[in-house]
Amino acid sequence: MNKILLVIQREYLTRVQKKSFWIASLLGPILITAIYAIPIWLAMQDKEVKRIEILDESGLFQAKDLVDKEVEFKLVNKPAAELKASFSKEGFVAFVHLPKNIVRDSKELKIYSEKNLSLPLKSSIERVIEKKVRATLMQKAGIASEVYEKTQVEITSETISVSSTGDETSSSSGGAMILAGVMGMLLYITLLLYGSQVMAGVIEEKSSRIIEVIISSIKPYQLMLGKILGVGMVGLTQFLLWIVLTIGLTQVASTFYGSSPIQQRVEQVKKADPEVAKTMEASPMDEVTKVIESTNIPLVLGGFLFYFLFGYLLYSSLFAAIGSAVESTAEAQQFTFIVMLPIILAFIMAQFTMQDPDSTMAFWASMIPFTSPINMMVRLPYGVPMWELATSMILLVLGFLGCSWISARIYRVGILMYGKKITVKEMAKWLFYKG
Amino acid sequence: MILSIQHVVKRYADHTALAGVSLEIPKGQIFGLLGPNGAGKTSLIRIVNQITAPDEGQVIFDGEVLHPKHVEQIGYLPEERGLYKKMKVGDQLMYLAQLKGLSKAEAQSRLKDWFIRLDIKDWWYKQVDDLSKGMQQKTQFIATVVHEPKLLILDEPFSGFDPINANMLKDEILGLKERGTSILFSTHRMESVEELCDSIALINQAKVVLTGEKEEVRNRFKKDEYAVKFSGELTNSSAFEVVSIDAEQHSAVIKLAKSNGTNQAISALIKQVDLFEFKEVIPSFNDIFIQVVEETK
Repeated sequence: MNKILLVIQREYLTRVQKKSFWIASLLGPILITAIYAIPIWLAMQDKEVKRIEILDESGLFQAKDLVDKEVEFKLVNKPAAELKASFSKEGFVAFVHLPKNIVRDSKELKIYSEKNLSLPLKSSIERVIEKKVRATLMQKAGIASEVYEKTQVEITSETISVSSTGDETSSSSGGAMILAGVMGMLLYITLLLYGSQVMAGVIEEKSSRIIEVIISSIKPYQLMLGKILGVGMVGLTQFLLWIVLTIGLTQVASTFYGSSPIQQRVEQVKKADPEVAKTMEASPMDEVTKVIESTNIPLVLGGFLFYFLFGYLLYSSLFAAIGSAVESTAEAQQFTFIVMLPIILAFIMAQFTMQDPDSTMAFWASMIPFTSPINMMVRLPYGVPMWELATSMILLVLGFLGCSWISARIYRVGILMYGKKITVKEMAKWLFYKG
Repeated sequence: MILSIQHVVKRYADHTALAGVSLEIPKGQIFGLLGPNGAGKTSLIRIVNQITAPDEGQVIFDGEVLHPKHVEQIGYLPEERGLYKKMKVGDQLMYLAQLKGLSKAEAQSRLKDWFIRLDIKDWWYKQVDDLSKGMQQKTQFIATVVHEPKLLILDEPFSGFDPINANMLKDEILGLKERGTSILFSTHRMESVEELCDSIALINQAKVVLTGEKEEVRNRFKKDEYAVKFSGELTNSSAFEVVSIDAEQHSAVIKLAKSNGTNQAISALIKQVDLFEFKEVIPSFNDIFIQVVEETK
């Protein structure tokens, strides 16, 4: 036992002391933050308020009708030909020509721009004009503008899950889906990443020929176990660093976002138009809070740790077995495919599980030990019956024990095999070698 | 006996590596394990090191059936030896020493002694990658002996050593023997057998084909042949027959008709020629090796 600890310690320390570990630990959160921050940043760049000139021949529009959070309209009264020539020189993105009888010829609206107009901007302009034209038509039909305002209701739904005991929790289907996707993805990446690190470690020991010295001191399975656990702890350390650093970085990023001009502009629009403000308040933060409220965080977190740990143990023992049978990473490729296939399959299945977490396929995918880590994690945020979760966990542990038994037997023979092309058939034979 | 190997059989899928090997290895000696490539030496060494287990038979280590606890009393320098390339020499040796059961403090103090002894004090923080081959060999040797094993198993220890390091290694091996370490020494370099070993065993095709004390084995292979130097004409006589002759060098090898018939041979010789030199031909281990391997093919 003491010796396994020594192996774990060495595996852990040599990896954590490497520069590449710290680069990955820093790069991960930067990348994750960038995934969130860059779209916001791009949006900030793009959504600097667009200025648009509008020539209203119908005389229907007043400045108060032309309010939009992304577009600033300027009513002008000059000949159309002159405006067409001058709008871009004066810093306007587009020039809108409203025909005299816009109410009747609703398709006659013309927008001139120097470059191709972006779709969101086009619909923003259309939306503003449409609203006023509709109101005018209503008025003509004898419907008061207050009545019209009242008919503008928007339906939003709140999804609530009811447990068999009658407890109600407000659920968030979108949020659960995001959470499921993120966790499935994370498991997929880490299983592959750390599994192949174990394999590389085994190959290193074999190709540098230190292996024979080591196994004259400890049993091969102790070495294998120590290596797997050591690398696993490196994985957990990296998770921890990623979580802490990502939270830190997003905090920093969001302070920038908070004080940005776009945020200020949003506030202005909110003040100007309470109705717009209402729809805008359904911000992503609310969704996040909803997810946190509706999911059983300790269960999901505990489940994640469990499925990461045993999924990792199962797969990395197989990776170790492959590493032991070959002498170089290049040679390992033909075998890694066999182990990677179920991981990739599990990931593909997870996409369907996410769509319908209670389907028969999702059920079996979350039971079979090779696919269950990713698929059960995807199902978990949606809520899974306890017996299913327990069965899946027990099966995974059994699967791990079975795989590690097979792997240990391949490993102890493989690490001493040199100069021989190994086939799967050969590895199968090793299972039955004595001692 | 430090090691008693009893009827050990080891089979692999397509061949038998050891077919009932029995060997007695005495304490405090340097014991040469000889044999051509593929004879089964490495298989036997791996069984003693408990890297693999025998299919049949057993190994007794210092009076006890071989047990995992014994790995701490055995030091093993494999033929194919390596180190973790990306680790510092000191860290690496600390790791290997602790795996052999030394406490951290003990490992550190012993390693420091060795570093001083081999004059490599400034290597502790060097990465293995930056060491020359000779330096790596010294490091490997320290790792093999740092836990002061009762039994030291050296598999082709001199391969790849330059003469200076080989000499250092030889002195260290003799020093360890003097301090009571039993040494099992596997090689096919016969000159080091002549120089170092007290006893030998020769393995060929999975079997022990020859074993015994070095001098005793040598005597067994004496053929009653003598090298003579002379002037004159040498021909066969009733006391000896000429095996080979080099007329230019005035030398020949003769084989006595009877064992212990040296006096008759000499008197027959001096009748024929002027005899300058008369010396027994002692078989070299090289000759013995080749002869036995050929015979047991």
